[in-house]
Amino acid sequence: MHNQYSVEMRQIVKQFGSVMANDLVDFRAKAGQIHALLGENGAGKSTMMCMLSGVYKPTSGDILLHGEMTKIKSPKDAIRHGVGMVFQNFRLVQTLTAAENIVLGDKSSFWRGGRWLKNKQEEIEAIAQQFGLTFPVNRPIWQLSVGEQQRVEIVKTLYRGASLIILDEPTSVLTPGEAEQLFTTLQHMKNEGKTVILTTHKLKEVMASSDHISVMRKGKLIHSMEKSATNERELAQLMVGKELGESMPLLARTSGKRLLDVSEVDVYAEQGRKSLDRLSFHVDEGEIVGIAGVAGNGQKELAEMLTGLKTWKNGAIAFNGEPLTNGSVRSAIEAGIAHVPENRMKSGLAGTLGIVDNLLFKSYRNVERSRFGMLRISKNRAWSASLVQQFDIKTPNLDTPVQQLSGGNQQKLLFAREIHQQPLLMVAVHPTQGLDVGATEGVHQLLSEMRENGKSVLLISEDLDEVIKLSDRIIVIFNGQMVGEVAREQADREKIGMYMAGLQNAEGAAG
Amino acid sequence: MNENKPALHSEGAISAESALKQDKGKWRSYRIEIDSAKKENTWWLPFISVVLALLVCGIFIAANGMNPFPVYKKMFMGAFGTAYGLTETLVKTIPLLLCGLGVAIAYRISVWNIGAEGQFAAGAMAATAVTIYLPDMPSLLVIPTMIVFSIAAGGIWGLLTAIPRTYFQVNELVTSLMLNYVALLAMDYFVFGPWKDPDGMNFPGTKVFSAAQSLPVFNDTRLHLGLLFGVIAIALYGFFMKYTRTGYELRLIGANPEAARNAGIRISRHILLVMLISGGLAGLAGMAEVSGVTHRLMYGISPGYGYTAIIVAWLAKLHPAGLVVSSFLFGGLIVGGFSVQTIGLPSSISEMLQGAILFFLIAGGTLSKFRIRQTG
Repeated sequence: MHNQYSVEMRQIVKQFGSVMANDLVDFRAKAGQIHALLGENGAGKSTMMCMLSGVYKPTSGDILLHGEMTKIKSPKDAIRHGVGMVFQNFRLVQTLTAAENIVLGDKSSFWRGGRWLKNKQEEIEAIAQQFGLTFPVNRPIWQLSVGEQQRVEIVKTLYRGASLIILDEPTSVLTPGEAEQLFTTLQHMKNEGKTVILTTHKLKEVMASSDHISVMRKGKLIHSMEKSATNERELAQLMVGKELGESMPLLARTSGKRLLDVSEVDVYAEQGRKSLDRLSFHVDEGEIVGIAGVAGNGQKELAEMLTGLKTWKNGAIAFNGEPLTNGSVRSAIEAGIAHVPENRMKSGLAGTLGIVDNLLFKSYRNVERSRFGMLRISKNRAWSASLVQQFDIKTPNLDTPVQQLSGGNQQKLLFAREIHQQPLLMVAVHPTQGLDVGATEGVHQLLSEMRENGKSVLLISEDLDEVIKLSDRIIVIFNGQMVGEVAREQADREKIGMYMAGLQNAEGAAG
Repeated sequence: MNENKPALHSEGAISAESALKQDKGKWRSYRIEIDSAKKENTWWLPFISVVLALLVCGIFIAANGMNPFPVYKKMFMGAFGTAYGLTETLVKTIPLLLCGLGVAIAYRISVWNIGAEGQFAAGAMAATAVTIYLPDMPSLLVIPTMIVFSIAAGGIWGLLTAIPRTYFQVNELVTSLMLNYVALLAMDYFVFGPWKDPDGMNFPGTKVFSAAQSLPVFNDTRLHLGLLFGVIAIALYGFFMKYTRTGYELRLIGANPEAARNAGIRISRHILLVMLISGGLAGLAGMAEVSGVTHRLMYGISPGYGYTAIIVAWLAKLHPAGLVVSSFLFGGLIVGGFSVQTIGLPSSISEMLQGAILFFLIAGGTLSKFRIRQTG
């Protein structure tokens, strides 16, 4: 047995329906090491870790803990085997204190008086001190900062005796100072002989903190190596892959007319942080512009800003020669901006309503669809039927709740609605997420048809292959800023990958 | 030791684990999950809830030393078995139908208006104000004026909840409930104070309405024209939701508020509109009650119609046709409750049944989202 590895996952396969999240992955980690699992969003890192912590069960494959075959049936079971996971969104009870959260579920004593809790508090404080974690033990969670809450989560796993600690994207919510502190803690844990695994897509952190690095891409483990044997550049390459995806044959662009001109806009997140920071770019008529970037770097805000769901500060946006109204969905629709939102069932379609109602979303105000405040029912049904036919949407009938359709047909429905509006610009966010190969191809076809008809598309996608395949130009954003722009002819995964990872000193300055 | 750890695919999923013993001493564990994404049609839920409520209350009746079956039979016969009972039931159905429709409209877009009681009182007061301050109006105009005033008053009372909700994100549950007390206490003030009938032997009520101020009744019964209001309101509601643009917008908001926002619908404005309608309907119910049944504004005019309306709306699953059935059922429940008083049971038995029905409805709504999955 390989006793040197505290964790061994062999030939792990995990399928969700028809989607392959993990495909024959071998993963090993040693005790007394910080192991970084690197990969883009959707590469399958979290799924792997969720199997280790008992949230999911592998479709096939084996998990060995300390050299022994182990079936991890549930999170509870994982704890018993010494596996603790700190999730990206914490699992804490907001109104209980930090100490109460940590001892929650502790069944060692039936009677939980003040004395018992006091003892436990001392125990918790001792653990916290040992690993250099400071947080107010007696304050309710909602009063704690995000960094402190994370420390509570870490102590929770340690208190339960975890020898293997998994942190899922631990720094995504932290300030740089807090992240620094976290890494010190991880060092402490490592020195205590614990196995620390962290998933991340931030190259700098990986290089700064880990001992061993495994890179995942598209559900597969690409490479695993000691940190000393690699560098940021290589990691970026491994993360995004080398091979250039085939691109669609595109006709040369004719019109050079500027359609959308965004100059120096800021968008603020709730906490006063900037989601978009002096962002400037433009889209011409008949052009597909791809926005590449790691999730959470401002893509969502960009789409929401253009479609009127979010307001921008400073700067200006001109659309089709006129200033775009700030924060008005109606004027964005009327100006000719269509929107394929990120999560179609969450924000694009109303699952319990039928086909007709869902098709009417954007056009029900037109005279064609309603008159004198009344919907033109029979006309709308005929119109819906023609769209269903035109876009080949497979549905039992026009009143079927759309949640009963397949993902591909839902997306076709959404595209039918948006394209029928004859938009000048379509803002498509992850348009092929969760779709099978055939449906993906269909969506790509629709997008390039729009381009052929002289319309423009702003394609926001995490799938770099898709962006490269379809776009005339690719803009890379990082931390809300445009860090690079690549023309189709020079599309180069490596370069784009470097931009995406925030390595701005990459050769070839932003174009 | 880890039951609090939400595990699963859907947000807010809760898991509790249990191990059930299998035949050959082999253990298998099961996990109960709440599948919030599940949206099966649970049309049977209202029926089961009513049956379970009857069952549970039957136990209470039996504990009081009575056989529940004759008691239920007496309730049923009292409410539906005689012409008198039936008209009485219909009389109670009217305010329940109007208030129930009002709250149902609000619930359609997830605005939790529990202030129908106050809106009802506001409408009743406004209608009475017409009789007191405009006594010499041409008789043909009296009833229409009372209707307009009561709808306006109820609507304004609803807006008092909607405005803070829309502009300051104030929880409508709290404001609508609190405004009930304001309205009910204001009504007490009027009937004990300035509006009290000087010839009324100190009875806390206004002067009896004149014939022109009273709604016409059917054939010497107590059943009044308010029934027609209810029927018209239901028909209008069904028509409005299905055929109008605004109705479509409300359906969208109800089905998926975020998608509605994406379609350019301003939800906040619709909350104002909906609360105006919701309050207006309850206000109309208040007018129908004073003008059609009591013929005066008096102390304790509503036995909690506004609250019962909440149960009526849920039992109907907010469906127009369902509202007709459930308000009729609850009207019968109130009348049936009175009829069992003669055999020595308190009429509050009907309130107990109402409460139990709501309890089972809500519990059933949650339980039907549970899934039992095998984990071992």
